[in-house]
Amino acid sequence: MTTVAQYNFAYLDEQTKRMIRRAILKAVAVPGYQVPFSSREMPMPYGWGTGGVQVTASIIGPSDVLKVIDQGADDTTNAVSIRAFFAKVAQVETTTRTAEATIIQTRHRIPEKPLGKGQILVYQVPIPEPLRYLEPRETETRKMHALEEYGLMHVKLYEDIARHGRIATTFAYPVKVEGRYVMDPSPTPKFDNPKMHMSAALQLFGAGREHRIYAVPPHTEVASLDFEDHPFTIQHFPEPCALCGAREVYLDEVILDDHGGHMFVCSDTDHCEDRRGAGHVGPLGVAQEAAE
Amino acid sequence: MTAEQPLLRVSNLAKYYGSRLGCADVSFELWPGEVLAIVGESGSGKTTLLNALSATLEPSAGETLYRMRDGQWRNIYDLSEAERRFLVRTDWGFVHQNPADGLRMTVSAGANVGERLMAVGDRHYGNIRATALDWLGRVEIAADRIDDQPRSFSGGMRQRLQIARNLVTGPRLVFMDEPTGGLDVSVQARLLDLLRGLVGELGLAAIVVTHDLAVARLLSHRMMVMKNGHVIESGLTDRVLDDPREPYTQLLVSSILQV
Repeated sequence: MTTVAQYNFAYLDEQTKRMIRRAILKAVAVPGYQVPFSSREMPMPYGWGTGGVQVTASIIGPSDVLKVIDQGADDTTNAVSIRAFFAKVAQVETTTRTAEATIIQTRHRIPEKPLGKGQILVYQVPIPEPLRYLEPRETETRKMHALEEYGLMHVKLYEDIARHGRIATTFAYPVKVEGRYVMDPSPTPKFDNPKMHMSAALQLFGAGREHRIYAVPPHTEVASLDFEDHPFTIQHFPEPCALCGAREVYLDEVILDDHGGHMFVCSDTDHCEDRRGAGHVGPLGVAQEAAE
Repeated sequence: MTAEQPLLRVSNLAKYYGSRLGCADVSFELWPGEVLAIVGESGSGKTTLLNALSATLEPSAGETLYRMRDGQWRNIYDLSEAERRFLVRTDWGFVHQNPADGLRMTVSAGANVGERLMAVGDRHYGNIRATALDWLGRVEIAADRIDDQPRSFSGGMRQRLQIARNLVTGPRLVFMDEPTGGLDVSVQARLLDLLRGLVGELGLAAIVVTHDLAVARLLSHRMMVMKNGHVIESGLTDRVLDDPREPYTQLLVSSILQV
């Protein structure tokens, strides 16, 4: 009788998980510092979240409940396939509900619902080095981090204001963690930067291709960089969500037809569903009872 | 009171590349406001010496003492790396022969000038921009070029921008490696005129490496002639050029084309 080959729990072997956990512990101990780790080949291409998947695989246990979001949505390709991956190799329970999840792996967004104690947010990071576009040499950027030479980061913001009249960086907006390390919060919109500040959840960042892990422990100060006369601001949307009527949330533009018709809807699908379930209706939405 | 003490004290500085000699037995003092030219032919050790002095290349022997702003004498290679890098980007300047080495070619002229200010903690955009505009004016770059990248500048403008970028933090000592190399003669003349004005106005001390004796004549008070890694003659610029003692210096001076 042949036995079917079994993957180890959560795909990675125990030695690898231990190695990644050590990197995570170091990252938590030095908030914002990029810890090198030996990134493994994963059964998905680079750019699909191999860093985040490795971090999730190392911290997940049988009792965890996993939520995966991609651009705020639970139903996009990346989110669906990573959720299916862990359902298969770790047999864990998955969910789309933010409040029920113990681990949330994310690409591009932080859920609208404030995260609580005991929750872990795992970010998929393409380029962990915030200084990279200005200083291509890794030896030099490491030295700049070590000696806290962060003037260059402001050169980038200066350029923004000189060219656009305001700080035009809207995503991957650099932050300073606990007054020490400047960190790239991964390509999340700057709208989400204030949510990182003093969050009750543990935030872990994994960059698979670049072999780096960094972290923001719970209740850590995260300040967005700015100028005294050009302070940091987040995006504001003139309209509410077309489906649930929410304001002060991050909205996606959805094209409706070929005649310029469009609407703005919550990028966080779970948040939108929650609100509609609670009876909120936007300008283009249909009341849930009426639809049934 | 401060002028009674030198700014830089170099004794028996040497740099070897393995067993090959870069420069050796270099000793001199540089005083505040003084411009020292280092001349010699290619391969004579000028640039090696300049790099060893400016903390870019660790010397094999000898010491370089610098009088910090607080009056303390410090050996620049005994400073911690953080202190040394801070010194280099605030109290010193380095003007490279190729402006692309000293500038960030992909950010605007204003940001190039402002970078040092931001590096020392200036976080007010309006002030940084006003200072950048002031400095562009002082190096004769039109105010409407402040948002242009140095890529779109001519060679002479790039070199002037590099000078502004270095002087914005009010350094006391500037190193220049062939500042007029690669520029045509009329632009050279203008740049030299500008440099001479700035050096005089700001009371800068400068060490200028050049193979062009005319540059040395115009800019410097004192000069050192180097050959095969050694200083063979030094003295007041006019004395050395008008009355060279060493046969090699005589040869060098007489090799200038007279037109």
